[in-house]
Amino acid sequence: MENEEANDGQNEEEKDTPPQPEAVPAAKSDAVESAEAKPETIAAEVTSQLTRQVAHETASTEPAAKAAEPALVRAAYEHPLPIRITHWVNAISLFVLVTSGLRIFRAFPSFGPKIPEKVLLDIPKSLTLGGWLGGALQWHFTFMWFFAASGVFYLAYQVMSGHYRTMLFTPRDIPGVWPMARHYFFFGPKPPATGQYNPLQKLAYTSTIAFGALSLLTGIVLYKPAQFSWLAFLFGGFHLTRVWHFAAMCGFLAFIPGHLIMVVLHGWANFLSMLSGWKREPEYQE
Amino acid sequence: MITRLEDKDLKRQSRRQLLKLAPVAALGIFAFPKVSDRLVAAGVRFSDWASGALFRSQHLAQTFSNSEVVPFAKFPYNGYDVLNPEVDLERWTLTVEGDVQHPGEYTLTQVRALPKINQNTRHICVEGWDVVGSFGGTRISDFLTLVGANTGARFLEVECADDYYESIDMASALHPQSLLCYEMYGQPLDRKHGAPLRLQMPTKLGYKQAKYLDTVRVTNVLKPGKTGYWEDQGYSWFGGL
Repeated sequence: MENEEANDGQNEEEKDTPPQPEAVPAAKSDAVESAEAKPETIAAEVTSQLTRQVAHETASTEPAAKAAEPALVRAAYEHPLPIRITHWVNAISLFVLVTSGLRIFRAFPSFGPKIPEKVLLDIPKSLTLGGWLGGALQWHFTFMWFFAASGVFYLAYQVMSGHYRTMLFTPRDIPGVWPMARHYFFFGPKPPATGQYNPLQKLAYTSTIAFGALSLLTGIVLYKPAQFSWLAFLFGGFHLTRVWHFAAMCGFLAFIPGHLIMVVLHGWANFLSMLSGWKREPEYQE
Repeated sequence: MITRLEDKDLKRQSRRQLLKLAPVAALGIFAFPKVSDRLVAAGVRFSDWASGALFRSQHLAQTFSNSEVVPFAKFPYNGYDVLNPEVDLERWTLTVEGDVQHPGEYTLTQVRALPKINQNTRHICVEGWDVVGSFGGTRISDFLTLVGANTGARFLEVECADDYYESIDMASALHPQSLLCYEMYGQPLDRKHGAPLRLQMPTKLGYKQAKYLDTVRVTNVLKPGKTGYWEDQGYSWFGGL
């Protein structure tokens, strides 16, 4: 990132283009359809990350219109709009659902029988939302719809756009998990960045999808155990489903602090990318 | 997926993309208590509407064998105010009003004369606890037939000896497991469980199962702010499971 200026210094066309052809094969087939577009507008388009190599090739073959080309910045459009919308709707919803959920849990803070009732956790009121059980339920019953809608929309978008390939944890990522964890937790050497997300990130993000699915499905059972008796059966009945629902929340609670710490550590440009979609000077080449 | 952009283009792009997120900021309106009170009330109304739409009138809630029922001593007593409103069981009658052909006073003997249902079902409290109990009584639908109720009406309202009150949708009232319950664990209801007669509906949360019934009314209109003791304070009106 510090070498931004150094990079830009060499950005007159002759020097800029030679590294490009090596990078081209990765995305060349997708790029063909928009190859005829003008380089300037391509740079401005949302889909431009697929087309930039072609843009550069075209640019290099054109006669140099501007002798003094302005400095260029390396950037990647990492987060398409649907991802950013669902991320923030989800962040707000999770905040409301967890805090109101803790308030609901306070009404019966146990997973055992009502008689005798053993208090498992005394959650401070200050961490909760809604004021009382009924108020918390209102928040929960309102934001469960936002959470569900954004979750379903997110999954549909990921699958249909193919964007999930950037973040889905697959068996191929397993060997990369330990080196990354060693770097973060035990000051090990930093493995080179190979893509938008490292294997540990993929594992974390893919897990949150599982937590989301679990909290939604168990939530349906807790809300309508009689109508969805088959789903209740799948989770071991109403009583046990309450435990699963709580466990899903614990999963989110394990994820969120680590996620926030990483956001702080990686700085403002990284944070902005979840707002604007654009990441300035990403670590990875490609 | 690296693009090389002029700094000003990247900034312009980022601004444009950022603005597209503006609608999400609308959720920030929930941060204002005066607004959020109304919005979450609307959220609950929407949930209730969805609950009504999801309700399957003939789909039975799970039933349990006698060995799965919790002992009587572990079935909690729950009440909002007094557990024993001192109902005069000798002279008790159930007042039937509203959209019915035969309004008037009905005795427990008349209720008991209708076909009896015994069921072991799960009682779920809005607080989160649940118990499997054993209940006996007559179907609300059979009683409504006896009194000549217009089952095309929308609601069943009940009033109780302890000033508790409730209302339920007609579809739930007519559900085959919805009972006017006069027995638990094979014994007449004890006073703290709602003697002599209570509602028992395994498709509804506990707070809908009004005890010490006093009056039943068939109606198409619920008075705002008088739909149920807890509902008027913010619980979901449908309260369905």
